[in-house]
Amino acid sequence: MITLSHYIVLGAILFCIAVAGIFINRKNVIVLLMAIELMLLAVNTNFVAFSRFFGDVGGQVFVFFILTVAAAESAIGLAILVLLFRNRSTINVAEIDSMKG
Amino acid sequence: MNTDLLQLLCFYLFGGVAVIGALMVITLRNSVHAVLSLVLTFFSMACVWLLAEAEFLAIALVVVYVGAVMVLFLFVVMMLDIKQEVVREGFIRYLPVGVVVAVVMLVEMLAMIGVRAMHAHTLGANPAGASNVAWLGKALYTQFLLPFEIAALILTVGIVAAVALTLRQRAGVRHQTASQQVAVRATDRVRVVKMAVEQPASVLPAPVVEPTQENAP
Repeated sequence: MITLSHYIVLGAILFCIAVAGIFINRKNVIVLLMAIELMLLAVNTNFVAFSRFFGDVGGQVFVFFILTVAAAESAIGLAILVLLFRNRSTINVAEIDSMKG
Repeated sequence: MNTDLLQLLCFYLFGGVAVIGALMVITLRNSVHAVLSLVLTFFSMACVWLLAEAEFLAIALVVVYVGAVMVLFLFVVMMLDIKQEVVREGFIRYLPVGVVVAVVMLVEMLAMIGVRAMHAHTLGANPAGASNVAWLGKALYTQFLLPFEIAALILTVGIVAAVALTLRQRAGVRHQTASQQVAVRATDRVRVVKMAVEQPASVLPAPVVEPTQENAP
């Protein structure tokens, strides 16, 4: 029998893998964006599981909105990435420091 | 084999494939392979969502992510000319801290969730009844109508922003300006010159009398 904890543990594992991915891929913006998508997937899994557990439709509606916003975010993020590569000829995060933040 | 055990086996299968795919995403050297592993992860997680009886969201995940967002990623990865060696610098250097942070986070999360209470909460009956799509759609079009419209607005802003960011104005390229073409009037193109039909004879040059060649002997 699949329990609530199964889904939450799977989401936690995926989230931690995404965090590790952000740490070890310091040079590649594309992998960073993909790690963010993985994090959103993990959170969405939690939402789906809790929505099913509590019998509340709000969780699944929220997952729907997260999918929408994530699609818009990745489209804009990739557009910025293309622009960055066109101007700087690199996607190395360490070299993108012109704003001196 | 009873249904519960089969479901559990399917969950472990799809969850395991998703975790392996996620690990491949963050460790593979080639970005194209990483994107394809992410596709595998999304597909497996869609199967896991199907096991949770969230059918609409599972199909939406496949259509939106695998069909659109991942293809966009693949497109960008193939379009950019990335040097793999440069990108992989510092992988070994940051590997220990990344693994330590991830493992510590995972242990904390598991401690909070409580692995021993794993079998305490079963999911229970499906609240959606017969159709998950109808359940979700009713909520979406009544209770969450305004957020739904705002989501459409966000997508529109996303389209406009993505096009506006990547639009490039090249110098020295001849192209037509549609707004000027539409706004043009006939008087800008053709100028009608009023003039008399006949000119007075005094203006005409004197007629030249040519010798006739045929009558020559």
